[in-house]
Amino acid sequence: MTNLRTARLALTAIALAALATAAGAQGTGKLKVGLMLPYSGTYTALGVAIENGFKLYVEQQGGKLAGREIEYFKVDDESDPAKATDNVNKLIKRDNVDVIVGTVHSGVAMAMAKAAKESGTVLIVPNAGADAVTGPMCAPNIFRSSFSNWQPAFAMGEVAAKQQGKKKVMTITWKYAAGEESVNGFKEGFEKNGGKVDKQLTLPFPNVEFQALLTEIAAAKPDAVYAFFAGGGAVKFVKDYQAAGLNKTIPLYGPGFLTDGTLDAQGESAQGMLTTLHYADGLNTPRDNAFRVAYAKSFKLQPDVYAVQGYDAAQMLGVGLNATKGDISKKAEFTGAIEKAKIDSPRGTFTMSKSHNPVQDIYLRKVEGKENKLVSTAIKGLSDPARGCRM
Amino acid sequence: MDFGTFLVQCLNSVQYGLLLFLVASGLTLIFGIMGVINLAHGSFYMIGAYLAFSLAPLFGDQFLLMLVAGVVLAAIFGYVLEWAFFSYLYQRDHLQQVLMTYGLILVFEELRSIFVGNDVHGVKVPAWLDGSFALGNVMSYPWYRLFASAACIVLAAGLYYVVNRTRLGMMIRAGASNRDMVRGLGIDVKRLYRIVFAAGVALAALAGMIAAPMSSVYPNMGASVLIICFVLVVIGGIGSITGALVASLLVGFVDTFGKVFFADLAGIGIYLLMAIVLIWKPEGLMGRRP
Repeated sequence: MTNLRTARLALTAIALAALATAAGAQGTGKLKVGLMLPYSGTYTALGVAIENGFKLYVEQQGGKLAGREIEYFKVDDESDPAKATDNVNKLIKRDNVDVIVGTVHSGVAMAMAKAAKESGTVLIVPNAGADAVTGPMCAPNIFRSSFSNWQPAFAMGEVAAKQQGKKKVMTITWKYAAGEESVNGFKEGFEKNGGKVDKQLTLPFPNVEFQALLTEIAAAKPDAVYAFFAGGGAVKFVKDYQAAGLNKTIPLYGPGFLTDGTLDAQGESAQGMLTTLHYADGLNTPRDNAFRVAYAKSFKLQPDVYAVQGYDAAQMLGVGLNATKGDISKKAEFTGAIEKAKIDSPRGTFTMSKSHNPVQDIYLRKVEGKENKLVSTAIKGLSDPARGCRM
Repeated sequence: MDFGTFLVQCLNSVQYGLLLFLVASGLTLIFGIMGVINLAHGSFYMIGAYLAFSLAPLFGDQFLLMLVAGVVLAAIFGYVLEWAFFSYLYQRDHLQQVLMTYGLILVFEELRSIFVGNDVHGVKVPAWLDGSFALGNVMSYPWYRLFASAACIVLAAGLYYVVNRTRLGMMIRAGASNRDMVRGLGIDVKRLYRIVFAAGVALAALAGMIAAPMSSVYPNMGASVLIICFVLVVIGGIGSITGALVASLLVGFVDTFGKVFFADLAGIGIYLLMAIVLIWKPEGLMGRRP
């Protein structure tokens, strides 16, 4: 009988020991990273570039951040805001991830920010530019490695007024959040420097029947036009603008999204266009060149702004983890480290604003062939005003 | 707004209105005359646009030939679709028609996503229609849009002639008012309906093909046009081709000038128009009093 009791005791001890080891491993085991990105639909290429960029940085650190191996959990967000809450909860509640990286679509990112705010899970937004993410929605555990819609737009406004000497400009965009944020940013930058936004044209999203509004532009003869469109709508708009003969007399300006990733399709009609963004082709800094070579080697693809943003999301995560020796549960130290950090990005060094949006250089670029060639730095160290952020 | 701009905006309005008419006329045939609430009609428009996108590279500058080929394919598709699905719907109530045709929308969208993907595509304007027509210093207008308007006018006239002046048109109208009587006269109503349905599909697809070079090809493009088409049919009076034409032009003007003058209200302009018309004439502009 004693033998049996001893055996039972031993077994219990082993079981307890196993449990204890498992529990102890929580802090130093694999770090669970949830990637919620578009893996289908129009934005697939963007999601893949962000993931590639993220993984490239982790690879360069030997596959570990702050000594912790990374385990990835992937969810296709389908760029569908209606499914966003369910999708992000798969990562938070089912997979129990330590950090979420995502996404491209602003509507989806807003739902993610809400879920992250409620659960306290760290969220790094590698693209979506909605002002609100680092505005009214801001939180200590929410970071952005990309931009806010306001940033490139404001810079273009300043360039149009100061450098190009335009006085009277019209804006045109879809009547939806991103478009309105962009044209408002432009208006602010333009009017602050003495210009006047004459008329703001809008049409319902995703309407691409531009003819009536192009007729208006032709009649009003402004000094320039600022347009915010993206994807297929951008291609269509730039082509229609040329077809209407407007590009010869009235220059077309925009944030980088008007031409980034669409130059193949826009071809001739985009040549010579000026746009602003936090990244450009031909930056030609040692940092960017090294990044481009490494990316091309790993993925047999040329990197783009999305790859840079993914790469920097991983850098930011690394900075936070290094400060806490890999323990992401030390929230205050983790957040504090990222807030103080200088991120050595391929786009140029940037820091974090109080609202956790990059304070970064915005570049002026010109379309030449199939590249958005760097012309100059439009504004150095531009910080988003982050209106409505209380943190 | 100076005179030239006003003129161009009028041309824009007419062109948009006529294009809507082309889609709506097919819907009028199917919904107004045959009595089937066909929510999938917008999908036929989308299918047309994607047909143009797929066929354009094969035909190059033979744009008219491409339109003919597309129309033939669409008509065959419509004929088969009627045989396979819609022929069972005529005697059913409206709820069942709505459910089935909504299901078809989902099927078509999914098939599109599988075969062509979810990207937005442009279709090149044929070289002989590229460029614009200039009227001195007063205005200039893209040739392709003039062509689109002209094509729609020709089709509208042809449709009017067929429905109101030919034996086939007479049978269609008679079949709509009293199916059993027409069958009693020895006319094959089943086949007649099949032809009308195929024609409706072909018209919507043709509109999609003509629209493709003007308003790129994108997923869900059918949904937006479908709603406008139902608005048109209701404004014009259910079952009236002439009514659909008048309503289309009205909507074209309201939408175009709304976009320019009342950007904030552009999205609801046509619904206001519908409300006003229905208050004034509940049966629609050219509809018959029930």
